[in-house]
Amino acid sequence: MIWLILIGVAAGVLGGLLGVGGGVLFVPGLVIVVGLTQHEAEATSLLAIVPVALVGAVRQNRYGNVRRDDALLVGVLSVAGVAGGVALANALSGTALRTAFAVLILLIAAQLVRKALRDEVGHAAADPLPRTGAGAGTSVRARGSE
Amino acid sequence: MPSERALKLMTIGTAAGLFSGLFGVGGGTVIVPLLVVWLGYDEREATGTSLAAIVFIAAFAAAVQGVYGNVHVLDALLIGIPAVGGVLFGTWLQQRMRVRALSLLFAAVLIASAVELLLE
Repeated sequence: MIWLILIGVAAGVLGGLLGVGGGVLFVPGLVIVVGLTQHEAEATSLLAIVPVALVGAVRQNRYGNVRRDDALLVGVLSVAGVAGGVALANALSGTALRTAFAVLILLIAAQLVRKALRDEVGHAAADPLPRTGAGAGTSVRARGSE
Repeated sequence: MPSERALKLMTIGTAAGLFSGLFGVGGGTVIVPLLVVWLGYDEREATGTSLAAIVFIAAFAAAVQGVYGNVHVLDALLIGIPAVGGVLFGTWLQQRMRVRALSLLFAAVLIASAVELLLE
């Protein structure tokens, strides 16, 4: 039980710091530390994400960063995709799903490294930047790093 | 042209839903860049709007996974509720420190996790 709480806190802190969603951390934590199967870990992660996203959305809404109509459309119209994605996950073997997930987090790791290096190049103008390290010059820097 | 816009939002929702359902994550990885590129959102609005959409997406996906009998409800609560506190602290901390080195460290943690998952 203590492991679950520790994973939650660690994933939350890292997510808040780096702008990475909780699921990317919940799933490996649940598989590697808690010993759930990949399918169980993904399903459990999804439920754990709900309170995190809810509190985040309420805060962001207070800052005026939520376009509510669009969020509602994206959220509600996701149903078909969600059903398809979950069905696909459950049609795959544990090994196949775990491998696909491993590839996903490798890609996210690569993205983090690229962003960190890009911020180093362009950080003259950038003091403590919110979330993804995105400031006014993000697109310029993005292009510059390519 | 509101209908074209609605179509884009529906496509984003569908893509994010597929991604979320398949991988057990929220789908922000898909939603944020698409809102920026297709609908001209700035990054903050994209992040905020994405979080609100994820509340629905993750809840739907958890419900469907529940039908398959895969959800460990108590484990989810034990992880999810402390994570809320963690996120609030992490966001607070972010304003006060440089996160570049941490990003690299964290990328290393993800790579180690990926290797562990592949060897499992």
